[in-house]
Amino acid sequence: MPQSEFVYVTFIRTTPEKLWQALTEPEFTKQFWFGVAQECEWKPGAAWRIVFPDGRVADTGEVVEIEPGRRLVLRWRHELQAELCAEGYSRMTYEIEQKAGFVQLTLTHLMETSESKFIKAISGGWPIILASLKSLLETGEALEGTGQPPKAR
Amino acid sequence: MATDIDKVFRALAAPDRRLLLDRLRGESGQTLSQLCQHMQMTRQAVAKHLKLLEEAALVVPIWRGREKLHYLNPMPIQEISQRWIGQYEAGRLSAIAELKAKLEEETDASI
Repeated sequence: MPQSEFVYVTFIRTTPEKLWQALTEPEFTKQFWFGVAQECEWKPGAAWRIVFPDGRVADTGEVVEIEPGRRLVLRWRHELQAELCAEGYSRMTYEIEQKAGFVQLTLTHLMETSESKFIKAISGGWPIILASLKSLLETGEALEGTGQPPKAR
Repeated sequence: MATDIDKVFRALAAPDRRLLLDRLRGESGQTLSQLCQHMQMTRQAVAKHLKLLEEAALVVPIWRGREKLHYLNPMPIQEISQRWIGQYEAGRLSAIAELKAKLEEETDASI
């Protein structure tokens, strides 16, 4: 089966509860995720979207699986760039595991096409977003430049 | 802490291990057998190198059924980059954002 996949594993000195909060609540995501908020009721089947401060909707989809503090699976389609939107829905999974003194976050983002341009695009974004998330949780400060809407590429 | 920078540099300090990372950059999510193809190394040597790469978190294993798939993990190198060149990146990000805003203003004005 042809597919494109991005995987990122990071270790954060925090608790699963705080990491979950940071990944889902707008007051946190705005600080490390280029100013975005996610609109979602956070329950199975709920509609989900990513919104920039100026109101533009960057991505849409729905909650496939949710287990707060443990696991989240989203159906995810990009909406702003026609070429990426045309690839359809991807599947993004966060898995959170408590380890000794830290929490392991495993992110996998999968598209069922080979050489997906969408996966290529998010492969550039996720490392910066997740490094900034780690910095925010461990030091109280996100990385410089990650609190505003995205850079042009 | 879970990421040990010494482990990362040690893991990167071998051409064969960098070659394995290149193979995973080309196609992420490969089994040990797939990684052994076209390699001038024994299966045991590849397995040993993968173990060191895993310990440095440069490679992460994910089980799909009974198959152990190896993925390239950008995190350790992202952290190295952040530590030494992050300060220049931030400047570049804001410069690009400013340029983009300016260009968009000009486009709006011309409509």
